[in-house]
Amino acid sequence: MNLTLKIWRQANANDKGKMVDYPISNISPDMSFLEMLDVLNNELIEKGESPVSFDHDCREGICGSCSLYINGEAHGPDRLITTCQLHMRTFKDGETITIEPWRASAFPVIKDLVVDRTAFDRIQHAGGFISVNTSGNTIDANTIPVNKQDADDAFSAATCIGCGACVASCKNSSAMLFVGAKVSQFALLPQGKVEATERVLNMVKQMDEEGFGNCTNTGACEVECPKGISLENIARMNREYLSASLKG
Amino acid sequence: MSLDSKVPQGPIKDKWTDYKNHIDLVNPANKRNIDVIVVGTGLAGGSAAATLAELGYNVKAFCFQDSPRRAHSIAAQGGINAAKNYQGDGDSTYRLFYDTVKGGDYRSREANVYRLAEVSANIIDQCVAQGVPFAREYGGLLDNRSFGGVLVSRTFYAAGQTGQQLLLGAYSAMNRQIGRGKIKMYNRHEMLDVVKVDGKARGIITRNLITGEIERHSAHAVVLGTGGYGNVFFLSTNAMGSNVTAAWKAHKRGAYFANPCYTQIHPTCIPVSGDHQSKLTLMSESLRNDGRIWVPKHMKDVEAIKAGKLKPVQLAEEDRDYYLERRYPAFGNLVPRDVASRAAKERCDAGFGVNATGEAVFLDFASAIQRYGKEAAHVKGLDENDAALVKKLGQEVIKNKYGNLFQMYEKIVDQDPYNTPMMIYPAVHYTMGGVWVDYNLMTTVPGLYAIGEANFSDHGANRLGASALMQGLADGYFVLPYTIGDYLSDDIRTGPISTDTKEFVEAEAEVRKNIDHLINNNGTHSVDYFHKRLGKIMWNKCGMARNAEDLKSAITEISELRAEFWKDVRVPGTQNEFNEELAKAGRVADFLELGELFAKDALQREESAGGHFREEYQTPEGEAMRRKEFQYVSAWEYKGEPKDAILHKEELAYENIEVKERSYK
Amino acid sequence: MSGILNSSIGRKFAMALSAFFLMFFLLQHFSINILSVFSPDTFNEVSHFMGTFPLVQYVLQPVLIFGVVFHFVMGFVLEIKNNKARQISYAKNNGGANSSWMSRNMIWSGAAILAFVCLHFYDFWFPEINTKFIVGDMSGLMDPNNAESGFRYYEELQHKFVDLWRVALYVIAFVFLALHLLHGFDSAFQSVGANNKYTKGLKRFSKIYAIGIPLGFIFIAVFHFLNH
Repeated sequence: MNLTLKIWRQANANDKGKMVDYPISNISPDMSFLEMLDVLNNELIEKGESPVSFDHDCREGICGSCSLYINGEAHGPDRLITTCQLHMRTFKDGETITIEPWRASAFPVIKDLVVDRTAFDRIQHAGGFISVNTSGNTIDANTIPVNKQDADDAFSAATCIGCGACVASCKNSSAMLFVGAKVSQFALLPQGKVEATERVLNMVKQMDEEGFGNCTNTGACEVECPKGISLENIARMNREYLSASLKG
Repeated sequence: MSLDSKVPQGPIKDKWTDYKNHIDLVNPANKRNIDVIVVGTGLAGGSAAATLAELGYNVKAFCFQDSPRRAHSIAAQGGINAAKNYQGDGDSTYRLFYDTVKGGDYRSREANVYRLAEVSANIIDQCVAQGVPFAREYGGLLDNRSFGGVLVSRTFYAAGQTGQQLLLGAYSAMNRQIGRGKIKMYNRHEMLDVVKVDGKARGIITRNLITGEIERHSAHAVVLGTGGYGNVFFLSTNAMGSNVTAAWKAHKRGAYFANPCYTQIHPTCIPVSGDHQSKLTLMSESLRNDGRIWVPKHMKDVEAIKAGKLKPVQLAEEDRDYYLERRYPAFGNLVPRDVASRAAKERCDAGFGVNATGEAVFLDFASAIQRYGKEAAHVKGLDENDAALVKKLGQEVIKNKYGNLFQMYEKIVDQDPYNTPMMIYPAVHYTMGGVWVDYNLMTTVPGLYAIGEANFSDHGANRLGASALMQGLADGYFVLPYTIGDYLSDDIRTGPISTDTKEFVEAEAEVRKNIDHLINNNGTHSVDYFHKRLGKIMWNKCGMARNAEDLKSAITEISELRAEFWKDVRVPGTQNEFNEELAKAGRVADFLELGELFAKDALQREESAGGHFREEYQTPEGEAMRRKEFQYVSAWEYKGEPKDAILHKEELAYENIEVKERSYK
Repeated sequence: MSGILNSSIGRKFAMALSAFFLMFFLLQHFSINILSVFSPDTFNEVSHFMGTFPLVQYVLQPVLIFGVVFHFVMGFVLEIKNNKARQISYAKNNGGANSSWMSRNMIWSGAAILAFVCLHFYDFWFPEINTKFIVGDMSGLMDPNNAESGFRYYEELQHKFVDLWRVALYVIAFVFLALHLLHGFDSAFQSVGANNKYTKGLKRFSKIYAIGIPLGFIFIAVFHFLNH
């Protein structure tokens, strides 16, 4: 395959940045998208140019590092996958592919396609945990039975990989799917109910301080989420938050 | 220096308890004056950082990723073992201990393994309390599944994402401590050296991967939870960033490196599709619960399948060779990983590989779909003889169990594994070898600890499935936090460690010198070019089967490649910016040294054990031949070049398990 | 409860509450207007009741006006805030792949509705207020001095739909209203946290409401245009 890549290049956080075109040829349809970028980078390095920086690590769709906005969609046109799982067979020979970083004020660009997502970590610091010491001296794991449906729903929410595709896809750069998933995971489990009130208040407060936008229920996040996290989690967070506000 | 494993005296089942009762403790007020550095934030590092912070130490945690949550523990799929015996199938601490030692081909340290089995049950309690959503049965209690090499169901799981859920649990415990200010987190920081002051580990040198700044960090003890070095093979199931640098720098500062040649080649990975490939993807071992592995019995069928003239589903039962079931009737498809991998290699070497490269075997779910489908039809009171219905119901059950893995497979290979068998082939997955540690998990450098995959201690020559997660969390939550206190109790009056001493200055200067060299080298080839070549040497000569001749030539080739690398590598950009190529160059430079030590270790180990298979040492049936005289840990001391490394032996004694031929027949 | 309006979820909740109120009002408004098609007399009587009943005039009407103003102001405030959350926009954005046009353009359908509300106030509400509270004629009669003259409401309504341009504007506005409701109706439920087994049914109902009510209003306008 021969392709034209339009890639956002930005030397550092203070640079203005611009889109740059790169032709690339001899791409196999069996390559992953990132392997295609590896090919480009090797060519650039051997030509003495600066390679394109992008975040990636596990390359199997679970670490949540990769974060490319491809042809106008987070993680590209395919569904329920991350960028590293996107394969070139999804594209047509001769196609022009636009590659941009996640765009959100809360995710400033570090370099090229690499953005700073520590805002997500700070939201978790504010309450994304159950306050139990790791001494191991807790009760036996089978002491509290958990309804299977609740356990499954909590698991589905917990599969979030924190990649930020929800924020990138949302026209408002809202982080509610991410936060909703974490709030839901704990709200659904008996262990998490104990401090549910403070948790949701603190996490939402931090989310707002980080500069994410407001949710307007467009549902783009759910569609683009590589793990298919459901909008129900946002609704649940809304309920949790409203009832916590009444209590708190 | 002679190796002292510091294993406490007494009966094995009391060792840990007695030991904990007698070691020195640090009182809570003094803990506030003690700093601990934890490098790596996977299951081991993350759980250790959280626990140490809870205990009251000031923790500085480092990871090269942009968040602790991205450590590669996250990719572990199948599950975590624990001797809970919830299924009532005869499991016990002893049995888990026994299975692990036997699975490791009698090359692990008994006392460490027993302790691991002992604390395994606590891990599950702990994780559930933290909100880890393990799979449950309809009654609301925890579910278990089976893994290779054992005869009980002791594996706890969260679909095919157990590592993710456990890591997020440890991450949440860290978050709580970061929120309290007890952990200072350094994301996107790479450790580039250990600093020793008066013979003790007192700090590290790091590079801020965003700004390129070289920083000095001091502490009273340094803990490495930096994972394994499987990426020395270039292609592995490890993350792209997984590296040996932290462990290797520790080795260069005096920490012995143990059993580097013990590598786990995982039998169920997606086969390599071409030269462009950057990494391999694992298909969880849990799939072997329900998948049956086979190749055609007859060469004509192999050729027809390769040519696309015959679909694998069309091949009659009697023309298939379920070689694991044939060779190992007792364990069948659930033999340990080393055995399954070698058996696949044996079939493919004999020409029975089923894809274009001849390096793939089938993993087939058709019988499981039938079995589950019939069961579901029966439960629902539907017609068990309706083939279409049974298939549909069976596929639903399989989807519930392994949906994410099947989806992953389909995305990569572009084939639907519900309707055609998966193709799999072994790939490098885990390294049992690592930094040598004693019973306290301390390396040969006082104050320097290694935990999780970074150390060597618990898995011997082969790790059983679902035991890596167990070891990482056991080390981090329940072992290190005790044992480190024993060491730190001497440091309550030390006060803060200055970073202005000559040791820090020198270490920093050395790091800078290395970076300058790489940046100014202006060679002709990219880092990956060398890494791929190293990987080829490793895979071809130090892979699933090794022999003296290949190993000797590997040693020469790697050493030549290393010289070429330093002369000809090209690293674009500068050191004072985000420069991934520079980070990669440093990592590959260390792999190029480790690779040679790896081959040297494999060469000296004239036996076959677990993941280490020497062609010269096999039984007439082609099974691994262990040799009594190699019942030791090889711990290498750094002396400049890898070829000069000095071998130290820790003899392994088995007092609680009879060393037998490891048979899964 | 303090400061709930300062939080993203609180604002979203407030938007939803005002939306529920407005959607209820719309239904009520429609129910009365449709009477004008079937029975001018009933329409007149109900209109007179609504126009003079103190609870409606002095309690519900101010609440409604507050609701309308709040919904608009908050809508614009949120839009500005949300734009700030992404200062550099994408060179290529394929929003259509993951969300409906309606959901992404609530601000434009909303702005169109606001413009319509101004026209509508100019057409009906200002004259009404003028007659009742400036002139002081609370009789509702065509000729306040002649009790036999009959109610004026139906006449005034028909009179407004004489001009084609006005009818056309009304029709266009109702199309925007439908677009706004197509996203807004079930979105409001999601915002207050209602997403459960009824959501599927609710979404179906929301489509009926979002298309049915504006279509009904269009029918009334066109009916009077053709029958005046």
